[in-house]
Amino acid sequence: MARRGSVIKKVGLSGVAWAIGFLLFFPILWTILTSFKSELDAFSYPPKFLVFDWTWENYEVIQQRSDYIGFAVNSLILSLGSSLLALLFAVPAAWAFAFAPGRRRKDTLMWILSTKMMPPVGALIPIYLIFRDTHMLDTRTGLILVLMLMNLPILVWMLYSYFKEIPEEIVEASRLDGAGLWQEIIFVLLPMAVPGIASTLLLNIILAWNEAFWTLNLTTTEAAPLTAFIASYSSPEGLFWAKLSAASTAAIAPILILGWFAQKQLVRGLTFGAVK
Amino acid sequence: MTTTHTTTHGRVAVAPTIIVLLLWMMVPLGMTMWFSLQRYNLLEPDTIRFVGLLNYHYFLSDPVFWRGLLNSILIVFWVLVVSTVGGIGLALLLDQPIFGRGLVRLMVIAPFFVMPSVTALVWKNLLMNPISGVLAWVFKSLGLAPIDWFAHYPLTAIIMMVAWQWLPFATLILLTAMQSLNEEIREAAMMDNARPIPYFFGIILPHLARPLTVVILIESIFLLNVFAEIYVTGTGGPAGNLPYLVYFQGLLNFDVGGASAGGIVAVVLANIVAIFLMRMVGKNLEN
Repeated sequence: MARRGSVIKKVGLSGVAWAIGFLLFFPILWTILTSFKSELDAFSYPPKFLVFDWTWENYEVIQQRSDYIGFAVNSLILSLGSSLLALLFAVPAAWAFAFAPGRRRKDTLMWILSTKMMPPVGALIPIYLIFRDTHMLDTRTGLILVLMLMNLPILVWMLYSYFKEIPEEIVEASRLDGAGLWQEIIFVLLPMAVPGIASTLLLNIILAWNEAFWTLNLTTTEAAPLTAFIASYSSPEGLFWAKLSAASTAAIAPILILGWFAQKQLVRGLTFGAVK
Repeated sequence: MTTTHTTTHGRVAVAPTIIVLLLWMMVPLGMTMWFSLQRYNLLEPDTIRFVGLLNYHYFLSDPVFWRGLLNSILIVFWVLVVSTVGGIGLALLLDQPIFGRGLVRLMVIAPFFVMPSVTALVWKNLLMNPISGVLAWVFKSLGLAPIDWFAHYPLTAIIMMVAWQWLPFATLILLTAMQSLNEEIREAAMMDNARPIPYFFGIILPHLARPLTVVILIESIFLLNVFAEIYVTGTGGPAGNLPYLVYFQGLLNFDVGGASAGGIVAVVLANIVAIFLMRMVGKNLEN
């Protein structure tokens, strides 16, 4: 009897869980479905769920009309560029916090995290004016710099949380063998830290890809990534839901897939190793 | 075995990060403070002059500002409530043995990866449109009158969209933490025939203290800075928060002085929140 009861309980709980999961996923599913409809079907009432004429047309239109690929390339360059640049700063810093700590390690780490608390609006006007005067508005270089600085504190913390799990003895042994600073970082630490660095990189690409304060305010066309590409669909011209859906699907698909694969690393990374 | 030698190396390795972050913090912040004391309009560049606290006076005596401040706080508060309470509930549910747990997990976590401008447009049009949106259809099917969200409840609409993005984040982190709860503790609790409610408050919730801290910390950082959802849906008038007001004042009205005063107020607000959070994090992440 007990067993039968537990099966019923499992079925019931599964039903509830699937219903909630479906509800949360529905806006994305609906966007994907709508992207394959004609504009008329997209706007029809009552909504058409699966029975409509499936078409790829919207995807061709968003490429021809608003150059999806151009924006996607910018998104890729900005997120990858800023993450790699940030690694150059963060790896030595995290190494120092993990293996060559000064007396004020904790304070310094806290200070680094606290810079993340500074709201971007506090810096928007000066950065905008500086960029205007140095002709960096709407350039990839400018945005890579800003995104790099935005995410640097998180990178340092994430890398530190990975590095401190590497046994100190290994690093110390290399010191006894006379390895210098860079040798220690490059030949001893990095090979052991590859998984941690890869997860850090992945997570920061996701954050930078979806960043929408600086990218919307500092770009217009040349350096504009997908966040701006989507925002350009905010002023409707006639029926546009199907095209909007195609544009949205194309903008989120790469990161959604990446994110699904990276779930575990995501938790560990975003909680700085506090939750594994 | 930290020798003076390695300590020196350590300083050298940390220095670049400290320097760029210091510049990134201090230079714009200093400039914002300076601008906030000027009469400075981009359209009238000849009339820049020092006006003391006048910008703050204008800003703080404008009801729009108080509305923006309130909106900032409401967005942070409600999204935190929905995502932590909902996150705990969902994590408890997904922690049970259910069919296809992996797939449900994928569906639940997905909204977190959607970029804010997509969320904004999809919700505003496909879901919340009062005529052909899916929600309108649901309401009519239930015999209710459809709601024109953005005309009547713009702030609620923004909060719903943002909560949709952050609930998955809280769920994922709390679920992972719950699954790390030692099997033995669970079995012991089962043996003792622990009742669900004391078990939850006595064992599960204390175990979640740390991950909850992290969730609240990370979410607050991002929620204070919600911008795209408001900007893209064009709800800045009724539902604009501080970031939106600064953008509006500075980049649309070209009032650098006024916008800067708003920016400084936003920084002060973030600092008040930060002091709380840093204490909490310092305590909870210690061990």
